[in-house]
Amino acid sequence: MEKKDIIQSFKDSLFTGLIALALFGPIVGLRTASKGEGLFITPQWGVVFLLVGLCILGRFLINLNSARKTEITFFSKFTSKFSAITEDKAKHFAITAILFAVVFPFLPFTDRYFMDVAIMILTYIMLGWGLNIVVGLAGLLDLGYVAFYAVGAYSYALIATTFGWSFWICLPLAGVFAAFFGILLGFPVLRLRGDYLAIVTLGFGEIIRIILINWYEVTNGPDGITGIPRPSFFGLPFKRSPDEGETSFHLFFNLEYSTMHRIIFLYYLILVLALITNYFTLKIRKLPVGRAWEALREDEIACKSLGVNPTNTKLTAFAIGAMFGGFAGSFFATRQAFISPESFTFIESAIIVAIVVLGGMGSQTGVVLASIFLIGITEMFRDLEQYRMIAFGGAMVLIMVFKPKGILANRKPTILMHGDKK
Amino acid sequence: MLKISNVETFYGKIQALRGVDLDVNDGEIVSLIGSNGAGKSTLLMTISGVNKAKKGNIVFNGENIENKQPHKIVDMGICQVPEGRRIFSRLTVEENLRLGAHANEKGKYFENDIKEVYDLFPVLSDRKTQRGGTLSGGEQQMLAIGRALMSKPKVLLLDEPSLGIAPKLVNQIFLSIKNINKEKNVTIFLVEQNAKKALELADRAYVLVNGKVTIKGSGQELLKNKDIQAAYLEGGAKN
Repeated sequence: MEKKDIIQSFKDSLFTGLIALALFGPIVGLRTASKGEGLFITPQWGVVFLLVGLCILGRFLINLNSARKTEITFFSKFTSKFSAITEDKAKHFAITAILFAVVFPFLPFTDRYFMDVAIMILTYIMLGWGLNIVVGLAGLLDLGYVAFYAVGAYSYALIATTFGWSFWICLPLAGVFAAFFGILLGFPVLRLRGDYLAIVTLGFGEIIRIILINWYEVTNGPDGITGIPRPSFFGLPFKRSPDEGETSFHLFFNLEYSTMHRIIFLYYLILVLALITNYFTLKIRKLPVGRAWEALREDEIACKSLGVNPTNTKLTAFAIGAMFGGFAGSFFATRQAFISPESFTFIESAIIVAIVVLGGMGSQTGVVLASIFLIGITEMFRDLEQYRMIAFGGAMVLIMVFKPKGILANRKPTILMHGDKK
Repeated sequence: MLKISNVETFYGKIQALRGVDLDVNDGEIVSLIGSNGAGKSTLLMTISGVNKAKKGNIVFNGENIENKQPHKIVDMGICQVPEGRRIFSRLTVEENLRLGAHANEKGKYFENDIKEVYDLFPVLSDRKTQRGGTLSGGEQQMLAIGRALMSKPKVLLLDEPSLGIAPKLVNQIFLSIKNINKEKNVTIFLVEQNAKKALELADRAYVLVNGKVTIKGSGQELLKNKDIQAAYLEGGAKN
């Protein structure tokens, strides 16, 4: 590398430091603390200089990395590992991953905590796959996807607590409700594209959340809904001492009672739901409507000239995407046994969109990798408490630096006809 | 078969078509020539229903279609090959063709139709698993025409099929247009800047200037017309 390159990148990193100083100075440097009467400002310049120093160093390393033809060993190792995961290998990866997911609960190191994280990751994978129908296939950027998650969760909670119906009846109903809301959102946004569509969907997500907070008579407002029934194993509840006339799961199968039974059941439930979503998406891509979605993403005018009805096509995309969001919502409600509007804030939408985009738009395997990466990393740093989101942001930055088009950017053509090899 | 009378179309306040009258009879090849901005593409988009006519009538087989939605018009048998081809570049050649069959009764005759397209353009058959975007301009144009044929149109609207294509391929594409007309009995309405080729091919032709039809006649008549020679043939495209 040339000397002037180094000087150049050094200058650039100093400039970055300046920006960092301007940002961190007031945000981190001036801290308000209450002492006796009133607030006082306690400066913490040490932390600021540490952060600014980190920014300068990071920027300098990135500059060095891009200036050199051969990358620094650390980075090149990192990137080559990621580029090794191409869509061709993705199939083997998918089979291995599913097998691993199936045996996961019975591995020796798997404990309650691991199971909880795994269930959470799977929920996000399912949401990612659902949103992928709307964003990845039909190309409609939806920033309010959490609204359908919320509709699904609340539909399930309200139906289950009011009528006492079982999970297996409420689940499809919640899906239907969410799909209905998908169509409701779809109608006004049919004419919109790109940024404008994104803004309206964002607003829709907020509208649903605000309705949930304010419609106290029905949704119980910010207090949320408690006592949502747990799912049963096809009629066998997971209880230590079942009610009269009932047989509980551990008695029926002659097992020692353990709370893990329910967790494992929930785990398999979400695994199956997510795999259904995936299977459905893969299949529908090969049907006329799926093809029409992809064509609509590519070129709307060409679609019109070929007789594709854009209205119906967009509405089905919204409805089906929303339906899977609704299923995931029901699952969330039954797992938590308590829901409140707090669980359905914009950040949830943002995370789901991030998973789809960072995974590589339209790539099913990419969604899995991105969920594991984003949710896993945030979870790993749970001990850092409020700084945890820094890890989340860091994970996003890492993907964008090394894989600007998403983890799996190169999607194969959806179908090869008549069993043709490529 | 297709009768356009006194059609006016606007883009906002700008008037693109100022009362166009035009007929296309069953089994004909009709060409429409004109310079940039004359309103040729607007007329096709108005027939297809993508742009709506503010005034005037478009009658297809005795039915008014000026207020119908684009997909309904395709269902009735008018299919357009839009300007610049508009191939779905990330879908494969065969997927593109399948999308063309969208309007056609869920693709009952799909296998047969697709074979006919491959017979017409054998190069597409070699490339059926390739992505649309990787084809050359000429191949993309063939794909766009093939895709439109999948909907079994009665009338095929072609918007500048020679645009940005190697001269050798232009000849081939014009030949296929003739074949489509004669053998498959599809009526052709062709919009072209390449006036010589378009007039040679046409049974009848129209000249569009500033949103109005100024000259009409048989293709041969128009080729000999002094005004047209001066405006579109000698000074213009010469191949």
